[in-house]
Amino acid sequence: MADVSDREQRILGIIETARAKRARFRDDRITMSHGAGGKATQSLVEGLFVPAFDSPALGVLGDAGLVDIDGVRLALTTDAFVVRPLRFPGGSIGELAVNGTVNDLAVSGARPLAISVSVVLEEGLDAETLREEVDAMATAATRAGVNIVAGDTKVVERGKADGMYVCTTGVGRVDDRAQLAPDALRPGDRILVSGSIGEHGTAIMLARGELGLEAPIESDTRALWPAVDVLFDAAGEELRCLRDATRGGVASVLNELARASGVAMLVSERDVPVRSEVAGAAELLGIDPMYVANEGTFVAIVAPEAAQRALAALRAVPGCECAQDIGECKGQPPGMVLVDTAFGGRRVMDQLAGDPLPRIC
Amino acid sequence: MRYVDEFRDPELGRALAGEILATVEPGRHYKLMEVCGGHTHSIYKYGVDDLLPANVELVHGPGCPVCVIPMGRVDDGIALAHEAGVIFTCFGDMMRVPGSHGTLLEAKAQGADVRMVYSPLDALRIAKANPEREVVFFAIGFETTAPSTALTLKRARAEGVANFSCMCNHVTIVPPLRALLDSPDLRLDGFIGPGHVATVVGARPFRFIPADYGRPLVIAGFEPLDLLQAIHMILRQLADGRCEVENQYTRVVPDEGNPRALAVMAEVFALRPHFEWRGLGFISQSALRLSDAYADLDAEQRFGVPGVRVADPKACQCGEVLKGVIKPWECKVFGTACTPDHAIGTCMVSPEGACAAYYNYGRFAREREVV
Repeated sequence: MADVSDREQRILGIIETARAKRARFRDDRITMSHGAGGKATQSLVEGLFVPAFDSPALGVLGDAGLVDIDGVRLALTTDAFVVRPLRFPGGSIGELAVNGTVNDLAVSGARPLAISVSVVLEEGLDAETLREEVDAMATAATRAGVNIVAGDTKVVERGKADGMYVCTTGVGRVDDRAQLAPDALRPGDRILVSGSIGEHGTAIMLARGELGLEAPIESDTRALWPAVDVLFDAAGEELRCLRDATRGGVASVLNELARASGVAMLVSERDVPVRSEVAGAAELLGIDPMYVANEGTFVAIVAPEAAQRALAALRAVPGCECAQDIGECKGQPPGMVLVDTAFGGRRVMDQLAGDPLPRIC
Repeated sequence: MRYVDEFRDPELGRALAGEILATVEPGRHYKLMEVCGGHTHSIYKYGVDDLLPANVELVHGPGCPVCVIPMGRVDDGIALAHEAGVIFTCFGDMMRVPGSHGTLLEAKAQGADVRMVYSPLDALRIAKANPEREVVFFAIGFETTAPSTALTLKRARAEGVANFSCMCNHVTIVPPLRALLDSPDLRLDGFIGPGHVATVVGARPFRFIPADYGRPLVIAGFEPLDLLQAIHMILRQLADGRCEVENQYTRVVPDEGNPRALAVMAEVFALRPHFEWRGLGFISQSALRLSDAYADLDAEQRFGVPGVRVADPKACQCGEVLKGVIKPWECKVFGTACTPDHAIGTCMVSPEGACAAYYNYGRFAREREVV
């Protein structure tokens, strides 16, 4: 029997070596999977963009890049918004474009200062729709405390865009209290989420009207700096890392952080806040809310001694009342995210290969 | 969630796990196969296997309808999708299954009009909305989904939707089970029977398993408590020296199945003489085609597909993995030619297949005590 288990060990070793290698981009064409935030996206980013641009700030793979100018630490981020439909319960593309970018700054530990807005408009777009989205951007910027200081406009032929696309770029000043790094996680650290999960992605799926389902679910889009601000006050240097749980959901964020820090994570499914409407829709569609996008919910990793303080501070922030401690970082097995299911079993919560596709069986 | 949480009660789960532990003989190793991909999914989702004693092993069976579609059929589907004017429709999880030159998702990226639908009726709706286009529905699944395809074809006929057709890949559950059971090296002690399929076909078609092959089968539902109870019922049979078909899923599955669904299927479909299964090879009378009465709605006849058979690489040992003869890592191509990114056999195609699970989580299984 000894050589049998030797062979098994050897094969597991080969797989581990293959998995630890940097993702390579080897596809012939771009498919929708490359935009889904899972393994295919990772191969594109880590296998093509990062090596080609070869910049240390980019290589960190944070939500924003950090730039040091004469001792002032700035965070810079950019994001494109192609959501369909343009308006959905709880928000719209304009509001999303502002909040998405200021949130990437916030979870990088930076107070948002200013953003730029570029719009790609489709020939034939209704002017009233555009006016509404411009208003939505202005309102969201005011609410987030940032100025819109630059912009660009392009128009493309009918059929070349879904009404409008919006790109925003933001700059923020890294807060002196921020000591965040994706590789700073240690065994024992607690995993917090800032609110109930899966609402944005579910609201969008239902708003498309293809499923014939109706439920009162609204996008959670909101600016996160106020929540990040109180977390710094509550946990200071004991706050290890923050991540905006957008595309790919909380599960993808946890996998990225576990890999970056070489720790394991153990999540208690029972403690994950999911509204019953979201749970019901996900149940019908055969999709796990842990993989569904959020637009106003982040993951915070906090040293154990600061976890209670951080959670109490978060819950006092409007929109974060449902914040929860959902699990713990562990030593073994490094890079893996495990879940204790509400039923009582334990399983692996892996990265997505592509879009979460509904199952037939 | 009402009517759902009741079947996921952790207290009852622990109690059942205790009863299972009390039923097994220490020192005896039990291999049970869950036939249906839906069961495999539930087992992973809830961590059901984690609640079982170490000597009760679950083997994931051939019942994932997307994973068993061979490369040649995917290639045929892609060829159809590339036909001028065709809108090609299929279920979402079919889109990532590899043919010999890529997936339907990649065909879509190359310009084919491939659309995901949630029901064959959605495909019919697309056909009615696009009368100038040909709409093909790529039908897959066991007896569970075949009635809905049949009803859609009947409606297409009744409403005279001339631009709708169906590429039929429906398969039946009994022949692959018989093929597995016929192999002399089978190492399975019992079966968790497919609850959804049984809703349609009833319990009777499974009686040959205890009668001819001496293995118990318990038809099970898809909630974690259903699965634990079914496993307990199988182990109980083994302990009592009984061997029969039992029905755990009585709240849904009648013994005689659904006669109306069976009648519709008999009208719209006919048995194919043989059909190729990914990783299992050709199995006779294991799949359905459209009956002669519905031949005009058969996409394979309307368009003529290449029909080129793409052989699974010879080294692929999915059959042995499914029979429980070898472990995934003992397969010659495991982890080298066959990986989740470039899957060859059915066990690697599905993320819940035995090989994919072992590839991704084997290390976890080895180290789980450490956590």
